[in-house]
Amino acid sequence: MQIVFDNVNYIYSPGTAYERHALKNISFSIEKGEFIGLIGHTGSGKSTLIQHMNGLMKATSGHIYFNGADINAQDYKLKELRSKVGLVFQYPEHQLFETTVFKDVCFGPSNLGLDKLEIELRAYEALKMVGIGDDLLDASPFELSGGQKRRVAIAGVLAMKPEVLILDEPTAGLDPRGRDDILDQIKKLHEESDITIILVSHSMEDVAKYVDRIFVMNQGELIFNHTAKEVFSRISELEEIHLAAPQVTYVMKGLKDAGFSVPLDVTTVEEAKNVILKLLKT
Amino acid sequence: MIRDITIGQYYPANSILHRTDPRVKLVGTLMFIVSLFLFDTFYGYLMVTLFLASVIKMSKVPFRFIVRGLKAVIVLLLFTVTFNLFLTQGEILWQWGFLKITYEGLRLAGFMAIRLTFLILGSSLMTFTTTPNQLTDGLEKLLRPLNHIKVPVHEIAMMMSIALRFIPILLEETDKIMKAQMARGADFESGGILKRAKSLIPLLVPLFVSAFRRANDLAMAMEARCYRGGNGRTKMKPLKYSKNDYLAYTVLFLYIALVITIRILENHF
Repeated sequence: MQIVFDNVNYIYSPGTAYERHALKNISFSIEKGEFIGLIGHTGSGKSTLIQHMNGLMKATSGHIYFNGADINAQDYKLKELRSKVGLVFQYPEHQLFETTVFKDVCFGPSNLGLDKLEIELRAYEALKMVGIGDDLLDASPFELSGGQKRRVAIAGVLAMKPEVLILDEPTAGLDPRGRDDILDQIKKLHEESDITIILVSHSMEDVAKYVDRIFVMNQGELIFNHTAKEVFSRISELEEIHLAAPQVTYVMKGLKDAGFSVPLDVTTVEEAKNVILKLLKT
Repeated sequence: MIRDITIGQYYPANSILHRTDPRVKLVGTLMFIVSLFLFDTFYGYLMVTLFLASVIKMSKVPFRFIVRGLKAVIVLLLFTVTFNLFLTQGEILWQWGFLKITYEGLRLAGFMAIRLTFLILGSSLMTFTTTPNQLTDGLEKLLRPLNHIKVPVHEIAMMMSIALRFIPILLEETDKIMKAQMARGADFESGGILKRAKSLIPLLVPLFVSAFRRANDLAMAMEARCYRGGNGRTKMKPLKYSKNDYLAYTVLFLYIALVITIRILENHF
């Protein structure tokens, strides 16, 4: 088990009028190479949760283990942890600062104390991985489009060669094409390397199509930790917390209610197509 | 880390002080600051302490929260105390080489420390109990007479309210940027002065870019809603004094009169 959370709690500003219990008794474990989807509403504790994974926030109580070591132990090297657990925040504007795209991506690896050749090699590789072409290497990161900025931001973290990559809403504010491009690239990255990926999103369709396992957060609690099929087959429970299943799941539910014998755990358009075709043939 | 800075923040609570007219609080803070520099003996000190303590009690803001604001100025405080302690001439109590502590120095340093602490506690109490909007409304109304001598009071108040509004936003932004860069292995805490100054570049560039973008967006949003300055502008909630506010003014005048009386009495006897 690569990441383990054991009864983690986090309370914002304890003892003041702003006090908020943001994480409540969170326990789970993640294996190496898994692709996890983390969903929940704004304010459900998603961002707080992922910031605990690389030690940017410290749990009020409970333990977090990375590769078997307690990350809140006195002598644990947080800087090393952050190079292994790469976290890409939602807004690329918060991290781009250099004069060129290439230099910006070099920032991460150069903080690891590598030599210049290795740094540049990693930066170049990372930019290739996210699909940034040679023509943009010398462009200013501030001149890029929203989707390109996001790619550069992801590359900036990938260049550190993390074992775990956490992406906070990597598709927010992108058009459907840009969204699919980024998600496909992430999927490819996951297939080509043995990197663990945690994708934070509130779009069910995105998550259903790509991930192995889904975590659902609601008001600081982890209420689901199952495969996509299991989670989406429990539509009524999801609706209770105002989350929805992918649209095809509703199509299936409609068919079932109309008397057809179809499975309810269909989550992608492709699967739904096959089920309906099979239904038509019989 | 950066969220620990509580100076200038608003603390929501339901207290008499929160409901008091902002003009009263502005005038009151000013009077309190003046009173701080009037006393220099034990009784004056007692008077001011009692006043501050009762106002803090009334505000319903937790004392711990108020004191946290002092952390930000602790360096300034130590600096003042040290200088007053060692550099005041007078009756020598202790000497080592060129360093000496005098009775006068000890006294001055003590009073200076108390004054600065009270100054910060008192003025942060005003911002804790007054929203930035109320504060600028109050200021605008108080300074309105200056309009006659062509001082652009409304514009100044508007600038102040925008500046105040941006403090928490930029603090939060700084926090987020710091985290984003720390996630890329940035280190803001170790190394010498030069290295630390250099490590701020990845923080300052995105912060400035974002501040300019926000300023631009705000200007656009104001223009889109036909903002054109203070002429003929009315308020949704015009400020109006209530009975409590007049009472508060009376208490304030009594307080300042008392502090002045103590001062005069002490000088004469």
